[in-house]
Amino acid sequence: MSTPDIDALVNRSYRHGFVTDIDADTVPPGLDESVVRLISRKKGEPQFLLDWRLRALRHWQSMREPHWAHLRYQPIDYDGISYYSAPKQASDGPKSLADVDPKLLATYEKLGVPLHERARLAGVAVDAVFDSVSVATTFKERLAAAGVVFCPFSEAAQKHPALLEQYLGTVVPYTDNFYATLNSAVFSDGSFVYVPRGVRCPMELSTYFRINAAKTGQFERTLIIADEGASVSYLEGCTAPMRDENQLHAAVVELIALDDAQIKYSTVQNWYPGDEQGRGGIYNFVTKRGECRGRNARISWTQVETGSAITWKYPSCILRGENSVGEFYSVATTNHYQQADTGSKMIHIGANTRSTIISKGISAGHGQNAYRGLVKILPTAVGARNFTQCDSLLMGKHCGAHTFPYLEVRNPTATIEHEASTSRISEEQLFYCLQRGIGAEDAVNMIVSGFCRTVFKELPMEFAVEAQNLLAVSLEGAVG
Amino acid sequence: MSGTAGTSAPAAASDAAVPLLEVRDLHVRVGEQAVLRGVSLRIRVGEVHAIMGPNGSGKSTLAHVLAGRPGYEIVSGSATFEGRDLFALAPEERARAGLFLGFQYPVEIPGVNNAYLLTAAANAARRERGQPELDAFEFLALVRSKMSLMQIDESFLGRGVNEGFSGGEKKRNEILQMLVLEPKLALLDETDSGLDIDALKVVASGVNSLRAAARAIVLVTHYQRLLEHIVPDFVHVLARGRIARSGDRTLALELERRGYDWIGEQAA
Repeated sequence: MSTPDIDALVNRSYRHGFVTDIDADTVPPGLDESVVRLISRKKGEPQFLLDWRLRALRHWQSMREPHWAHLRYQPIDYDGISYYSAPKQASDGPKSLADVDPKLLATYEKLGVPLHERARLAGVAVDAVFDSVSVATTFKERLAAAGVVFCPFSEAAQKHPALLEQYLGTVVPYTDNFYATLNSAVFSDGSFVYVPRGVRCPMELSTYFRINAAKTGQFERTLIIADEGASVSYLEGCTAPMRDENQLHAAVVELIALDDAQIKYSTVQNWYPGDEQGRGGIYNFVTKRGECRGRNARISWTQVETGSAITWKYPSCILRGENSVGEFYSVATTNHYQQADTGSKMIHIGANTRSTIISKGISAGHGQNAYRGLVKILPTAVGARNFTQCDSLLMGKHCGAHTFPYLEVRNPTATIEHEASTSRISEEQLFYCLQRGIGAEDAVNMIVSGFCRTVFKELPMEFAVEAQNLLAVSLEGAVG
Repeated sequence: MSGTAGTSAPAAASDAAVPLLEVRDLHVRVGEQAVLRGVSLRIRVGEVHAIMGPNGSGKSTLAHVLAGRPGYEIVSGSATFEGRDLFALAPEERARAGLFLGFQYPVEIPGVNNAYLLTAAANAARRERGQPELDAFEFLALVRSKMSLMQIDESFLGRGVNEGFSGGEKKRNEILQMLVLEPKLALLDETDSGLDIDALKVVASGVNSLRAAARAIVLVTHYQRLLEHIVPDFVHVLARGRIARSGDRTLALELERRGYDWIGEQAA
């Protein structure tokens, strides 16, 4: 009869923790030039790309792993990781959905990825990346009719080398940071999107990433270019099986928006978070950055981060074009022993550039959640404006919320606002819902969703529901 | 306005032999403090009771204990609701069984809009009664009629639960929720406090609209004022954790005239 106390509702199991039993073509652990050459050769890449990878590798070998984040974890053994794993195929790769291993399709079925016709009905074009290889890209034709290129990165390397050479590494250079540099050397696949001048992409684009093979890292690389006046909305979802050891995920996403272009990039990240004792889980070290290169360009990041043992990511915007707009909307949940150090960087270069950062951190169990954000206004950014709001919600007594805001303002005409709050789900709120006949878990979900509402409403409709459900699953057992 | 909640209630509910609520010799502590010291109360369907008493007499505690709020220790005594052991039920089960508490200080739940909470609450009750859930259109039709009775603007549905509401709006919202949920037993805790006379009339008409043969209403109040608008069948006076006196509405008038000290002396 007692009211569940808030310290106890978060313990359902991870629903995507199955392993697909597929023969994989995996290179031995460890990283040297021969591995990079092997990856590049397997993909039949042009020479410039191989050269770029090798430069990145050499640079990486001179770098040291950074430790400034508010995270604690076992050292990563970079020599123990396999840097390439692909499901074995009779031929080199699937030519169409019919060629895709049915077990793989069943995996996606379990994940709820709308492949096949369901996807078309939902108006979602899906690029599914399984370990390192892109499995199937749907709706190419309809997109092609609009002139939109949406394909696996490795395909772009062959079919659109000029675009790659022009844009790759221009937002996140291969020297950028330890993980981005590693990615630049060994990235295996990811998505490539090019939306030509004046085209509104006719459907939501979507990629599902899944890490399957044991002791592998996943290093996907995504590059999205919206040419002048173009617009595109892109969503990525991520899952991984349950494994006792930690797996490394170090992705890079680069977005480029030219004059009057808009890119909306949404992430629902549900990598395996580890078990209740903090065993296993994905180490998620991701570099995401967009550049508003043209006037009136707009880049919007929305992320719902419920998974991973460790999350280290700061989707950022370089606001170079005048009147350009950068936005970051984030919900990050940490339960059990999950740790997240996440936030955004807004770099204002152009005049009258505007940015918004809305960050909602939810901590439960022994979870640790840090917001880290930089707002930088350069001397050229006359009239720049930023609004930052970070709110933390604590559930239980053993979790933590931390805020690390950095401000660098070098133009006196800039306007900066920062709001922060920390709150708890109160017994009063919970009892109020219970007294209206709403069960404890539903009540907590309702209160947490309310807390996240300003972020959820930024997600594409069909994913807002998914995000809400995911949040509910990840907080199961947080009260009980 | 019809009480559809009552029509599908088990036969026992309308059986006069089984009271809707029966509280027997209830002793409750908060920490070391004995707050209720032997309260007995019997409420039948169709009745309106007022529980009055000075501050700290235990009247709000009684309402909250019956609703299942945590933080109270039930030392001894019992409470049954339609013959079921009330204290064996979780708070949400009591609510779904038809027990409603109108809060004195309704809490704010930022970002959760009123429509969402109301739909979730209404459907929880409907599931319990084996009725189909309401879809968005049916819900809107239902809630609109109640809102006009409570003189609440439709924009209210999209606002966060009690978020930035004035004191009067919060109280009207409580009554609106009650009208939508159509409980068998409504415990209204100081629903009149902080209301001006116009708002009081609106709240009273909302409560009166729910008076029905199949349900009971308990008004917990400090002042006689509310009882001019919602006329009770029975008045009880709580003092020092016990019901010091029970009577009809004339008891409330006598209290108004003589104050609570008079009762306190008698109870001591």
